[in-house]
Amino acid sequence: MGKPHLLVHDKVDNVGVVVIEGLTAGTKMLCVVTEDNSDFELTANADIPIGHKVALKDLSEGDTAIKYGEDIGKFVGSAKTGDHVHTHNLKTKRW
Amino acid sequence: MAQDYSKTKINAWRRENGRVGVRNHVLILPVDDISNAACEAVANNVKGTLVVPHSYGRLQFGEDLDLHFRTIIGTGANPNVAAVVVIGIEPEWTKVIVEGIAKTGKPVEGFSIEQKGDFETVRQAGWKAKEYVHWATELQKEECDLSELWVSTKCGESDTTTGLSSCPTVGNMYDKLLPHGLYGCFGETSEITGAEHICEKRAANPEAAKKFKEIWNAYQDDVIFAHQTDDLSDSQPTKGNILGGLTTIEEKALGNLEKIGRTSQYIDAMGPAETPEKGPGLYFMDSSSAAAECVTLMAAGGYVIHTFPTGQGNVVGNPIVPVIKISGNPRTLRTMSEHIDVDVTGVLSREQTIDQAGDALIEMIVRTANGRHTAAEALGHREFSMTKLYRSA
Repeated sequence: MGKPHLLVHDKVDNVGVVVIEGLTAGTKMLCVVTEDNSDFELTANADIPIGHKVALKDLSEGDTAIKYGEDIGKFVGSAKTGDHVHTHNLKTKRW
Repeated sequence: MAQDYSKTKINAWRRENGRVGVRNHVLILPVDDISNAACEAVANNVKGTLVVPHSYGRLQFGEDLDLHFRTIIGTGANPNVAAVVVIGIEPEWTKVIVEGIAKTGKPVEGFSIEQKGDFETVRQAGWKAKEYVHWATELQKEECDLSELWVSTKCGESDTTTGLSSCPTVGNMYDKLLPHGLYGCFGETSEITGAEHICEKRAANPEAAKKFKEIWNAYQDDVIFAHQTDDLSDSQPTKGNILGGLTTIEEKALGNLEKIGRTSQYIDAMGPAETPEKGPGLYFMDSSSAAAECVTLMAAGGYVIHTFPTGQGNVVGNPIVPVIKISGNPRTLRTMSEHIDVDVTGVLSREQTIDQAGDALIEMIVRTANGRHTAAEALGHREFSMTKLYRSA
């Protein structure tokens, strides 16, 4: 297996993390789930910086973002599979 | 096959109270802010001493004063310190600090400036400091068990890579070393927010869980709700966290908690700068999430090595405790590698497992205990920051 572009903590997660620098739109990403080392492919829809999140499925406003197998907040905008997920479409549920 | 760390040895200084120290400082310790100048003069005159200037210590009262005393006494009492010269403006509070440190059995003497002035104080304290330097520099290291160390942790300038690599590396270290008798410590009360329900479940007993929850609730009520002017979105996550890809406090908290590993459980929850009282194991310490404040509190609690995962590249150090930096972010290793002691970028590229990264960190802990200066030490990072609970009188 080559070096992954995207890592996912848990099989139930709906977002993953870009782990290489300079990822460009259209890249067919090798994605690895760290929990069990399984892998899959996904195409990035945008230039996404290292450390930033990518939607693993189509997500709509009101949906819960899952990472580490846990609730990390609510979508306040939509994200298609392969879209950048960050402060523009995801917010804490705490305040 | 998993490595057996039960017999791993280090060479370190065994102090009068049996604790093991990995540095051998002669400390010039100000009781209060206005004694910094005299302390700095002594440290300038007597080479081989270390001065730790700070900003507070006058007109404090109640719990805030207790914390100040505990932090100053704990810093002097830390096993990384061989001997201490204490200087304060007046004799009473200076005596409180001296007596607190003296309980360890280490050499300590106090000097007060009132009715004497800086010149005479510096002269007297200088003689004592010089005597301590001669004495401390002849102390010999001896073979000690790795598991006799007290190792704390706190992460900083976190991003999503810390939760994937450097934080679970620390967690793996704790899972491997705590069963052999190591003392561990994590904290950052504000950064547990979003994962407090998970943290509560990681207590080894119901009392520890209850104490943790009380500390966390008090933080919410007394700090957040009492002072909140917005939704904290400008502070937690920080701008640096957000730049690194962290979006919410829940996400940040879950990454943070990776530092306590898979199997480790905390046996007690302590107040800031308190010393563990329940024997070997992992402790939660109520503490600020600001790097220098948190490391200062844990050092005052008696921890002798600090493990510090960073994503975007926090540069913090501590005057008396070596701070080992761990990062898995390849951009940070490319742009500011002078600050990083343990490179775990291989975890992200899947060329290194968390198990291997944990072993690499343990190896660095052993080397640091044996004398290797950390990046923060080599670069002169000596941040000594008091946690202040409220305004002085």
